[in-house]
Amino acid sequence: MLTNKLIAARTGLAALVAAGTLAATLPAAQAEGTVNIYSYRQPFLIEPLLDAFTEKTGIETEVLFLDKGLEDRIAAEGSNSPADVILTVDIGRLMNAKEKGVTQSVEDETVNSEIPSEFRDPEGHWFGVTTRGRVVYASKERVDQDTITYEELADPKWKGKICMRSGQHNYNIALFASMIAHHGEEKAEEWMKGLKANLARKPSGNDRAQAQAIYAGECDLGIGNTYYVGLMINNEKEPEQKDWAGAMKVLFPNSQDRGTHVNISGMAMAKHAPNRENALELMRFLGSAEAQSIYAETNYEYPVLPGAEVSETVQSFGEIKPDSLPLADIAKNRKAASEMVDRVGLDDGPAS
Amino acid sequence: MTAHPAPTAPLRERRFPRVRGEPHGAARFTSLVIASAVLLPIATILFIALSGSGEAWPHLLRYVLPQSLGTTLLLLGLVATGTAITGVGAAWLVVGYDFPLRRLLSWALVLPLAVPTYLAAYAFGEFFHYVGPLQTALRAVFGFESARDYWFPDIRSTWGAALVVTSVTFPYVYLTTRVVFLMQGRNIADVARTLGARPARVFFRILLPVARPAIVAGLALVMMETLNDIGAVEYLGVRTLTLSVYSTWLNRGSLEGAAQIASVMLVIVFLLLTAEQWARRKQRFHSARGTQMHVRPPRLRLAGLKGWLATGVLSLPILSGFGVPLFVFGRYVSRRLYQFADPQVLQAFLTSVAVAGVTALATVIIALLLLNAMRLSRSAYTMGLVRLASIGYALPGTILGLGLLLSLAAIDNAVDQAARAYGGFSTGLLLTGTAASIVIACTIRFLALAESAIRSGLEKLPPNLDQAARSLGKTANQSAMAILLPLLKPAILTAAILVFVDTVKELSATILLRPFGFRTLATHVYENASRGVVEDGAVAALLIIATAIVPVILLSRPLMRDHNT
Repeated sequence: MLTNKLIAARTGLAALVAAGTLAATLPAAQAEGTVNIYSYRQPFLIEPLLDAFTEKTGIETEVLFLDKGLEDRIAAEGSNSPADVILTVDIGRLMNAKEKGVTQSVEDETVNSEIPSEFRDPEGHWFGVTTRGRVVYASKERVDQDTITYEELADPKWKGKICMRSGQHNYNIALFASMIAHHGEEKAEEWMKGLKANLARKPSGNDRAQAQAIYAGECDLGIGNTYYVGLMINNEKEPEQKDWAGAMKVLFPNSQDRGTHVNISGMAMAKHAPNRENALELMRFLGSAEAQSIYAETNYEYPVLPGAEVSETVQSFGEIKPDSLPLADIAKNRKAASEMVDRVGLDDGPAS
Repeated sequence: MTAHPAPTAPLRERRFPRVRGEPHGAARFTSLVIASAVLLPIATILFIALSGSGEAWPHLLRYVLPQSLGTTLLLLGLVATGTAITGVGAAWLVVGYDFPLRRLLSWALVLPLAVPTYLAAYAFGEFFHYVGPLQTALRAVFGFESARDYWFPDIRSTWGAALVVTSVTFPYVYLTTRVVFLMQGRNIADVARTLGARPARVFFRILLPVARPAIVAGLALVMMETLNDIGAVEYLGVRTLTLSVYSTWLNRGSLEGAAQIASVMLVIVFLLLTAEQWARRKQRFHSARGTQMHVRPPRLRLAGLKGWLATGVLSLPILSGFGVPLFVFGRYVSRRLYQFADPQVLQAFLTSVAVAGVTALATVIIALLLLNAMRLSRSAYTMGLVRLASIGYALPGTILGLGLLLSLAAIDNAVDQAARAYGGFSTGLLLTGTAASIVIACTIRFLALAESAIRSGLEKLPPNLDQAARSLGKTANQSAMAILLPLLKPAILTAAILVFVDTVKELSATILLRPFGFRTLATHVYENASRGVVEDGAVAALLIIATAIVPVILLSRPLMRDHNT
């Protein structure tokens, strides 16, 4: 039948055009003078850094943003993996990458001189490039005190007053892991039960939603990362977010004793990096003063390079005293922390 | 039981007669090849699950599964009830009655399909929040000062998640049910009415039983969509099985444990599909003649206030599933209009359309091949394979993507090794290094959609058409090409559009599998949203909705041809 043939011809043509379009979107991932990055960090966040890198070295960058399964993908790709550098957040993920065998050791004088030893793997499999504090957001109106401890969050005086995101989120898991490392599992579990009893509502949303909730009067305290506050204060497009940030103050927990829990964002060299030299060049750059100040200015994180300045916004929160607990101890306790969250039923909220 | 046999034209027929004397080895072989390709990622996940030690289970059984299984079942139940009432009710009103704005509403009811659950959840969260427009208005009207002065339901709950998912998935039920009501419901209903039955009786005793297979088919899609959702439940803090899969995998580093929970989910899906089969048993309604699809008896007129009441009631699901997301993202977009000129967004748009187009085409062809094999050989074996081939839809995208990644990468590496050993050159990653893997993933994922849409079309065709063609000397394949395919055109179009829309919305498998520089609208939104800056992805979010609307409107057009003749 003529019409059938016509339909077939048309569909065929459509398929060809579509396939052509697809092929056109495929870049040359392994061209000379490039470095391939598998990143858990958002592209627009690292874009200014990578632009500066390319300008300085002439090496082009290709970024693939991946969240869940980044390590699994590199492992599956095996020796054919195009990945050179892995950029990710959270110590647990960095250690996981090492354990999965998708990273390689880097011994480089420049990198080691830039990044203090407490922020890197002793065997050179991963390096921290920024830190972020897990702090307490407190309502300016309803909370008088200007200091707080994590331990205090379990105090019944806060009953029905605390908001947080899911206990299974890796930022909270790391915080709980640090509690286990400091107090042992039994005490940490007691503490978590107290925290659960103090919740104002079921854990949900992201860190910013907790600030919103304080503004709304749903809770007096929220747990969140420092840089979210910076993002809200400087949000010109949604000025209402400045009001949310304006309704609260940042308290650095335990600043009087062991210090505030910090986590890192970091980098690692992929095991089968096809462009090893370029990758090394990038790693050196990310630890340099120039890159560190871009990190500080665009995402309100703390640089790891000794002497590098934090942004003005972050300075306004006050001085941070980081907890000196080794990162490896946090990573070690993650599984226990995650199971504890289930056991306590933290994510069920205060009611049950 | 059997439904009330239609007194007029529709006749009940058990099944297509199996053709004897013709070899169907080819059809069988095709179905086997396709099914095994489709089952590849699922088999990989099962394999991983089996390779695990089970050390995670004491913990899972005690603290995780009872709770998350309960939540999942509650969510499924709520969503099923919600979508059934909304979808069937809307279809009944639109098909049987005339009221103001009926034609507009009849296609606008499909619009919520264009909104992905992860965007809907975010939009609902903002809209119903304390600082959102609704509560702000309430406070202004009643003079409340803070959240402590009044009670407002929390959207961040299982009920809230059910509302979100219901709002954007009820069109599946609406679409499948409406077709049945259109094609034969009204004939039967009219007969019942002339015999003196009241409208409610007509609805419950005649229309509902006739539409049951279609309703169940729609509900099955809704259930699978609910099961695989991660975006909405994660954002709204609802601890479903899917969420447990992720915390086991990512926080406890146990891919095996995660695969084991995913396998539990597959069991639920299998039960769902079995229930679907059971609900559809012995239920086949065909039109006697092809022309019947175009003859429409008149609708009942709802006059005055009643008519406007119907209009108002039908606007509610549209406002909820489409209006709220449009409102929330529209406001962000109005402050970022310049982003429409962003070459990245434009490129993401083109990539989305290209991938979705190729995927829709591939999925429809595969679904047709599978259904043809089923038509020719109704053995339990073929039927089972076709059933199995559709369970990929219910797996969370990341898990399906991971299964596919592991198996495709193994193939890639084997090919590469062979090429190195014998040809002295490297092929690199042929599948996982290119967009091919995404097309494969989406095809596998959305095969259930295409298969279900085309099958319901096929089942409505009178079997004597096929029989007549063959008794006149056509072979089974000639009959399929010359007679069935043209008649199935609306069903095929529906299938292609559903797959297209869902591929545009697809996020989790795409994120995991995409090659360098490959950006779709969904990944663009996510790159922004994952840092909590959803606003910056608003333009892309609106484009997703817009891209999905065009085919959704196309989808409504063939269904619109129900004007009075």
